[in-house]
Amino acid sequence: MTTTANSPEARPAPRTLGKVRPHQTQNEALLFEKSSPGKRAYKLPPLDVPAVDSAKLLGTARRDKPGLLPELSEIEIIRHFTRLSTWNYAIDLGMYPLGSCTMKYNPRVNEFVARIEGLAEAHPYRPESLAQGILEVFDLLQRCLLDITGMDAITLQPAAGAHGEFTGILLTRAWHESQGNPRKKVLIPDSAHGTNPATAAIVGYTVENLKSNPNGGIDLEALTRQVDGETAALMLTNPSTLGVFESQIHKIADILHAKGALLYMDGANMNALVGKVRPGDFGVDVMHLNLHKTFSTPHGGGGPGSGPVACKAFLEPFLPIPVLVRNQDGPKGCPDAGDWEDTNAEPTADGCPPLFRAPVLKPDGERVGDTEPLPLHPLGGPLRWDYDRPRSVGRVRAFYGNSGMFIRALAYILANGPDGLRQTTEDAVLNANYIRKKLEEFYELPYKTASMHEVVFSDKRQAARGVKTGDIAKRLIDYGFHPYTVSFPLIVHGALMIEPTESESREELDLFVAAMRSIAREVEENPELVKTAPHSTRVSRLDEVQAARKPILRWRPAQ
Amino acid sequence: MPYPTEYRYTREHEWISVDGAIGSIGITDYAQNSLGDIVYVDAPKVGDTVSANATFGSVESVKAVSDLFSPVSGKVTAVNEELKTAPDQINQNPHGTWIIKVELSNPAEVTTLLDAAAYEAFIAEETAS
Amino acid sequence: MRYLPKSDEERRQMLAEIGAASINDLFSSIPAEYRLDRDLTVPRQRAESEIVEYFRAAGQKNATDYASFLGAGAYRHYRPVIIDALVQRGEFLTSYTPYQAEITQGTLQAIFEFQTMIAELTGMDVANASMYDGSTGAAEAVMMAVRVTGRSRAVVASTVHPEYREVLATYAKQQGLPTALVGYDGETGRIDLKALESAVTDETAAVLIQSPNFFGVIEDIPAITQIAHAKGALLIVSIAEAVSLGIVRPPVEADIVAMEAQSFGVALSYGGPFCGVIAAKEQFVRQMPGRLAGQTVDGAGNRGFVLTLATREQHIRREKATSNICTNQALVALMATIFLAVYGKEGIRELAEHNLAKADYAAKALAAQPGAKLRFKGAPRFHEFVLQTDEAPAAWSRRLLENKIVGGIELGRWYPELHHCTLWCATEVVTRERIDAVAKVLAAVPVEA
Repeated sequence: MTTTANSPEARPAPRTLGKVRPHQTQNEALLFEKSSPGKRAYKLPPLDVPAVDSAKLLGTARRDKPGLLPELSEIEIIRHFTRLSTWNYAIDLGMYPLGSCTMKYNPRVNEFVARIEGLAEAHPYRPESLAQGILEVFDLLQRCLLDITGMDAITLQPAAGAHGEFTGILLTRAWHESQGNPRKKVLIPDSAHGTNPATAAIVGYTVENLKSNPNGGIDLEALTRQVDGETAALMLTNPSTLGVFESQIHKIADILHAKGALLYMDGANMNALVGKVRPGDFGVDVMHLNLHKTFSTPHGGGGPGSGPVACKAFLEPFLPIPVLVRNQDGPKGCPDAGDWEDTNAEPTADGCPPLFRAPVLKPDGERVGDTEPLPLHPLGGPLRWDYDRPRSVGRVRAFYGNSGMFIRALAYILANGPDGLRQTTEDAVLNANYIRKKLEEFYELPYKTASMHEVVFSDKRQAARGVKTGDIAKRLIDYGFHPYTVSFPLIVHGALMIEPTESESREELDLFVAAMRSIAREVEENPELVKTAPHSTRVSRLDEVQAARKPILRWRPAQ
Repeated sequence: MPYPTEYRYTREHEWISVDGAIGSIGITDYAQNSLGDIVYVDAPKVGDTVSANATFGSVESVKAVSDLFSPVSGKVTAVNEELKTAPDQINQNPHGTWIIKVELSNPAEVTTLLDAAAYEAFIAEETAS
Repeated sequence: MRYLPKSDEERRQMLAEIGAASINDLFSSIPAEYRLDRDLTVPRQRAESEIVEYFRAAGQKNATDYASFLGAGAYRHYRPVIIDALVQRGEFLTSYTPYQAEITQGTLQAIFEFQTMIAELTGMDVANASMYDGSTGAAEAVMMAVRVTGRSRAVVASTVHPEYREVLATYAKQQGLPTALVGYDGETGRIDLKALESAVTDETAAVLIQSPNFFGVIEDIPAITQIAHAKGALLIVSIAEAVSLGIVRPPVEADIVAMEAQSFGVALSYGGPFCGVIAAKEQFVRQMPGRLAGQTVDGAGNRGFVLTLATREQHIRREKATSNICTNQALVALMATIFLAVYGKEGIRELAEHNLAKADYAAKALAAQPGAKLRFKGAPRFHEFVLQTDEAPAAWSRRLLENKIVGGIELGRWYPELHHCTLWCATEVVTRERIDAVAKVLAAVPVEA
C-alpha cells in the first residue's frame, strides 16, 4: 500500500481544543430595558372569593403608584437569565482554586431532596407533631456534625460562617460573664480572615493582633505574653490560612486555658480535617462550620450558607434558643435499643444499653463489622424545640436556621459515609500537595512548612518583573480557570492562595499546573501580556474606581 | 515629586502647612501613590477637635482604607468640600490639596514633626525595607 | 466514592510524584495523639436511591396534605416553576461570589436588577444584595442607624415580630444599646403613637416598626415619621410580607427599610434560607452593610457591573467594618428577582389584591361565627388578622387538625394579654372551600353562656 500525501496516515492529527476557546455568548440588556406595557408572564387563577375594592379597604394606605417592575413574557425571562448565566464561571464548568473557600462539587441529589414537598413547604410554626420529618433531619445532621467535630453540643441556627463566628463569640462572652468577668479582648492572628476581627468588634471585644512565627503558625512566646486575665479567647483557623496545621495546638490550648481564656476555632478549613482529626480532641472549646464549604452546599453566587456552631459541654447552657431535644421514653429515660443493642459492650455511663459500636479501622483498611455506625432513625420519643433555657444568649435569627442547607449537607454526609468523608479529606490534601510540588520551582513558597488542603505561594519572583499576583490571577482566566485567592493572607506579600479541593481530577490539576507554568514563562518573556489580562472575556478591566467614586446602584428610567 | 520645604510631615504620611494659627493638612505624594486612585475621603466636621497622633478620618481607594492621623491638636475650622465630588484631586495634586484646616491649640507640636529632608529620608528607608 | 474523580492508581502515582510513601505522610503534622484511628460515627455510605428514600420518608412524616393559615413572618405563595428551572442552572447554582467581575457578569447584573426592584418597591434610593433574613436585617439596620446618628438608644414597637425583637436584643446587648419597647393601641392594633412620642428622645438613634405589623395591621407611616424625625431619630421600617408592597403604600418617608423578601418566590423550607434586604436613602449608602453591585464601564466602554463600595466590608475594614457579613443570600435573591420579573408591574399588584380578597373573606367568615370576633378594628390590614374566640384556641384547633387544617397561631405565647387570640393569614393559595371548612369547625364550638 502506498502512502500518499492525502492518506489518513500522512495527515497531521487534528489539534485538540485545549482548555478554552472563544465562543459566542448572547448579549442581554437589563430586564427594565426590555419591558413593554402589557406584556405578561403570569396568570392568576380566578378568585373564588368576592373581589375587594382595595381603595375602600386600605384608604390612604393604598399604593397609588405601582413600583416600576418590568413587564415581560415568559420566554424573555427564560432567555434573559439563561443568557446571563452563560457569562458566569462556575464549579460545574471547571476548577476554582480559591483558598479557604473549598469550592467542591455541589451534588445534584442535594438539590432534589431539598425540594421534596414535605420538607420544602413546611412552615416553621407548624405543630411539632407535623414537623417530625424535618426535625429528624436536623437531629441526624447534628449528631453527625458532633462526631465530626468531637464536640458535645451544637446549634444549627447561624445563617453563615460569620454569623456562626458571632454566635461562638457570644457563647464565649456568656460563659465569661457567668464566671464573673466578661473580659475585654480577643486575640486574632494576623493571617486571619476579615470576618474574625469584624465579629469580635461586634460582640464588644477589642481586637489584639497576634503575630505569626517564621513558619506562619502561632508564635507561642507572643501568645504567652499576650494572654492575660482580660483575654476572652483566641480565634484560630486550623489549618491556618496558609494551609498549615498548628502542630503546637495542644500547647496553644494549654496556654489559653491556664489563664481561663477559650480557644475558638474558625472551621473554614475543616476540609483538611474531617475524618482524620477532630477539633474537640485537640482542645477547641467552640467552633463554627461552613456547610457551604466543607459540606458541599452550593455557593449560589454568594450564598446562602450556613454556619453551625459546636461547643464543649460547659458552653451548652448558653446555646441560642430554641434547642432541639428529644423526649426519651422508657423507664430510665433510655431509648429502646431494639436491634441496635450491642450485647457485647458495657452499658453507657447513664446505665442505658449501648446502641452500637463504631467499626474499628484496621491498618490494612478493612473494617471490623459492617454494622450501621449511626442509625438513621434513632430511638426515643418525638423531637421538640426547647425554649426553657434561662442562660441562653438569646436568638441570633428568627426561626431555626437555614433548613434547606441542612438537608443538602446531610445528603452529602449520607452519600459519603465514614469512608467517603475520610477519602474526601485525603484527596483534598493530596491534590494541594500535588500542585505545590508541581509549582514550587516556578513560584516562591514563603513558608516551607507542610501544606494540608491549600498551598500559599507569593509573587516575589514575578514582582521583580513588575507582575503582581492580581495580574497572574487575571491571566489565569484566559486559560479557563477562576483565579485563586489574591493577596490573602495578608502576612504573605502578594499571596497566591490555592485550594483545589478533592473534586478535581488529575486531568484538571495538570491543566491548572500547565497554565500556571505557562504564565510564569510569560512573565519572563512577555510581562505586558500578563499585566493587561484577561484578554478573552466579555468585559475586561472594569473601572472600579469610577464605580466607587460615583456609585450607580440601580437602574433609572430615562427622564 | 519634591516635598515642599515649608511643610512639615508625619511618619503616617500627612503634611501640614502652617499660616499663623491655622494649619492646612493633607497627605503626601508617597501616600497617594501607595493608595492608588482615591474614591472617598471621610473627613470630620467643622468644629470637631483633633489630637496630635490620633485619627481624624480616612481615605479610601477601591481596595483599601487608610486612616488619617492628625499632626497637631486643635479645632477644625474648614473642610475641603470639593473632595466630596472630586477626591481624585488628592492624587493629581497631593501637596496642593488640603483636607482639613485646623486652629492649632499647641503650636509647639509642629516643631516635633519631620522636615522635608527628614521625611524624604524616612520614605527612602520605608521603600528599601 | 462517586464524587471523587480519582482511581487508586492515580492516587498512587500522585503520591509518588510528591515523594510521599503514603497519604498519611501528608497528615504527619497532626500530633499522633489526636489522629482518628476509627471511622467517624456517621451513617454508612448510601446509594443515591437510598438518600432519596430517606428524605422522601422524612417529607411524608411532615404531612403535605394540610391546608395552612399560618403566616407570622413566613408566607406560602405560589412559586412559578421557572424559578427553579433557572436557579438550578449550574452557572448560577455553583458560581462563587462575584469578586472576579469579568467572569461573573451574570450574577452581577442579576444583583443590580434585584437592587433596582427592591428600591422601586420600597420607595428607597438604594438596596443591597441581601442580608441573611428579615430578623438579622432589622438588627443590622438599627446598628446602621447608630453609626449614622452617633446616638446610642433605640425604640422598638412591640408589634414588630417577636423573634425579630429577640434577635435585635441579642445584637443590642453586645453594643450596649438600650432599647425601649412601645406598646400598641388596644383598639386598632397599631403602635401607640402617644407612647411612641414619650419614648423617642434626643438620644434615640432609631425607631423600628414593622408594617404590615405582626398583627397584620398597616401602620401610619407619615405620623410615625414625624415623631421620629422631630427628635432626629431615623425611622426603620421592617417589612415581613414583601407581597404587601404590591398594593400597600411603600414607606417612602422612612430612612431605612429592612425587609424579608421570602414571599417573592422563596420556599418556606421550615424557616430558611430566606432573603433579607436593607434599602435606604442615598445619603446612608456608605453605612449600609452587605454587598452592593454597581454599574460601570470597562476599558472598551462596554457597560458592566462590579461589586462596589467594598471598603465598608469585613475583608477590607476588618474590625471597623459596617458588619461582619460575608456570605449572603445570593441565590435566594435571584429567586426573588425571577419571581418579580414573572409577576411584573401589574402582576404584583394583582397578586396582592388576591391576597387582600382572600383574607377579607376569611376574616368576615371566621368573625361571623358565634363566640368569635376580630380583635382589632379601625385600621387597614393586608392579609393577616387577629381573631379572638370565647373558647380557648386549643379546643377548636385540635378539631381543625383532624380536618387537615392548620389554623392561625396562638398569640398568647408572645402576648399574654391577648387572651384567646390567634393570628391568621390567607394568601392566594388558600381556597374558599378550606376557609368555609374552618368557619364550620368554629361554628361547632358551643357558645359560652
